[in-house]
Order: sequence, then C-alpha cells, then structure tokens
Amino acid sequence: MSKAMSQTIPISFTLNGRLQELEVEPHELLLDVVRDRLGMTGAKRSCDVQVCGACTILVDGRPLSACTTLAFEVRGKSVLTIEGLADDGKLHPLQEAFIEHGGFQCGFCTPGMILASKALLDENPSPTEEYLKHFMHGNICRCTGYKKIIESIMAAAKKMRA
Amino acid sequence: MLRRFRLEEPGSVSEATELLGRFGESAKVYAGGTELLLAMKEGLVQYERLVNIKKLRLNEVARDNGAIRIGALCTHHQLEQSALLQQTLPALVKLENNVANVRVRQAGTLGGNLCFAEPHADPGTLLMALDAKMIAEKGGSKRAIAAQDFLVDAYETSLGADELLTAIEVPVPAPRSGIAYLKFGYLERPSVGVAVAITVNGGTVSQARVAVGCAGPAPKRVAEAEALLQGKSTDEATRNLARAGEIAGKASQAISDLHGSQDYKEHIVGVLLKRAFQAALAQC
Repeated sequence: MSKAMSQTIPISFTLNGRLQELEVEPHELLLDVVRDRLGMTGAKRSCDVQVCGACTILVDGRPLSACTTLAFEVRGKSVLTIEGLADDGKLHPLQEAFIEHGGFQCGFCTPGMILASKALLDENPSPTEEYLKHFMHGNICRCTGYKKIIESIMAAAKKMRA
Repeated sequence: MLRRFRLEEPGSVSEATELLGRFGESAKVYAGGTELLLAMKEGLVQYERLVNIKKLRLNEVARDNGAIRIGALCTHHQLEQSALLQQTLPALVKLENNVANVRVRQAGTLGGNLCFAEPHADPGTLLMALDAKMIAEKGGSKRAIAAQDFLVDAYETSLGADELLTAIEVPVPAPRSGIAYLKFGYLERPSVGVAVAITVNGGTVSQARVAVGCAGPAPKRVAEAEALLQGKSTDEATRNLARAGEIAGKASQAISDLHGSQDYKEHIVGVLLKRAFQAALAQC
C-alpha cells in the first residue's frame, strides 16, 4: 500500500456517554473500532451482511449494523452499545425483562435484540405484537427463542409505561 | 474485511461530478453503503477512492408543481416516515416500510438503491409504474431519465460515469387512481415484485401502468399487459387479468435461481398482478 493511499480522519463521538477522540482510516468498520480499539465486545460479528442483527448498535438512538457502517460516520454522534444501557449498575427494564422472561438462550443475539427493542420502544412505547414483529424482523435468534423474546419486550414495554 | 481506500468528501454536486470524472473507474459514489460496502467486503469490487456525497444535503421530500421531488439521499426510513408521501404516494411509503430491515432502512438511501441496481431491489419496479423520472446532474447540467430507461440491466444503469443521481421526481397521481406494489419471496430478498398503477374514470380504466421486477435482471414496464387493461371497462380489464399476468410473466425475463425456477416466478408474477390490480381498483 503506497503512502499516498493512507489517510486518517480525526473523529470525536460519545460511546456510552463518554467522549471518544481518535483517528480512523476511511475503511475501518465501526464494529472493529468499537470491539477491538475501544473494548466494547457486546456487539457481535455474525452474518456480516446486515441480515442477522447481532452487531446492532444505536447511533443517535437508531439501530445500525456496526458490521457495515464505516467508523468515520459516527463523528459528532452518540453511540450506544449494550455495555452502556445499564444506568450506574441498575439494569434497564428491557434487560430485567429478558432475564425474568427467559428472553435468551445462548445469548449471542441478545445485545442486538435488546438494543433494537430499545429503539422500538423509544419510538413507540405501546407497540402491538404485529408492529413489534415487523420492527424486529431483522434480528435473528438461531436458538429460535422468539416467543420468549417477544414476551420479554412486551413485558418491558408495559413496565416502562407504568 | 475492507481493503484500504481514500475518502473524498465534496461540498457541491459539481465538485462531486468533477471528482468522478477525474478518477473514473477507480472511484465510486458512496452514500448509505448498504449495498456497496457488502460488495467491497466480499472483494467483488474494489475502489481506490470512495466519494462520500452525504454533505450534499440531497435529502428533502418536497412538492414541486405536479410532482413529488425526492432527494436522492433520502433514506428508506425517512421515506417510510414522510407525511407528504403518506398523503400523496402511500404505496411508496408501504414499500419503503418493507425494504430489508430496520437497520438497512436507517442507512440505505433511495438514490443508492437505484444506482446500485441490485436485481432484487423493490423501488425501481414501483417507480416505473409511477412514471417517475431520475434527475441526473453533471457540472452545471441536468437531465431527466425515465425510470424504465434508467435501470437497464443487473447492476447497470444509464447514468454516465461522471453523472450523479440527485433526485427522483414522481408525478402526483391523478384523482381516482389506485397504486399497489406486491412482492413475494422466501429468502432475504424478494423473488418477484409487481407494481400496478391505474386511474379509473366512469367505470373505465383510463390509464394503466404495469411493471415487474426481481424475477429477472432488471425491472420492466410491460406495455402489452397495460394494453389489456387500459381503455377497458373495469369488468373487461378484470377478465383480462389472467392473460395480462401471463404476458407480464414472460416479460419479467425470469431466470431460474435460488429464488425460484423460471416457471415458478412467471406464475407468481401472474398471481401478484391480479392481486395488485384488485388492490389498486379498490382504491379508485
């Protein structure tokens, strides 16, 4: 690789509420930066083609596939991974509901499931089950624990409305 | 794994098209990246430079005389949420709400979807039935390309290498029009998509447009199927649906692949054409 090709972009953004300032190369993927450079390993690389949702993170509150997002794109934005969801050690109602209702088996899809459902409930605090299924259609659980995942999200929604 | 590339971030359309002209095939336009980055990660394509056009602010949906002008950088999410589109083109809102999944809709742009020309994409088919025009710019000049002339083959458009798609213009449908886009598939992307747009006046189908997509290399308008519906009474048009469906099936240039055999896709085109016509008629 010739020297002329290398390029770095200074970016600053918040990751789980903390300001990060670093230099990235244009081709660096957000998933690699977050996992390998910043140590947040909750987002998983799985399908690598935006189908499965295991790498879901929230950027300014909306879900993105970190596996197919260039890292420089989050400059000036707020990034949330599963590690930042609990508030000072207190679990988010969605996390509590997933535990209480058995919303995970192997756990590999869980960070993505919980972050996608957070975006869902932030947008629509009272989703119908049909709307929930439509919104979560792109998050795959290979253990096929969908029924309990849906129950967990609906229970969290109810708790958060109360 | 992505290979290294340089990033250019032009501040104007002319700057962007100048860069595309200067770097030719070694550079590619980058917007949402939902298709391009996948192809680059797979090593199917490789570029020395990506030209990020997101600073160009081509992301408005606005009414412009008798048309709705959609900025090429509007994301699918923005379009599924647009109140103006909900009022004027609800069929497009429904289509956008069913593109891929919530993360792809968040990042992917309508312009990018059209320019990448993935054969299994939804929007091109409906935009053909809506008689949409693609606005291409280069330097200070501008031209309009009809949707059916824009999408020419799999991964191929009629956009010049140094032209930029800046907007999509969709005529506001006439009163008593009905529009439906239906798709079917069992993999991540649809096997078949069919769009029907009709206008009914005094019990006669005064205007009919039919487009089929996903089954073959690129979406197609099907004039021969339209002729079986246009100018006919709604009853006669309804009786002609089976024949129109057969014709549209053949016109889809369906290929046998993982998404289904040629025969299967041709059959599904006929089924969807009938249902789309009935759904459109119910709106008139």
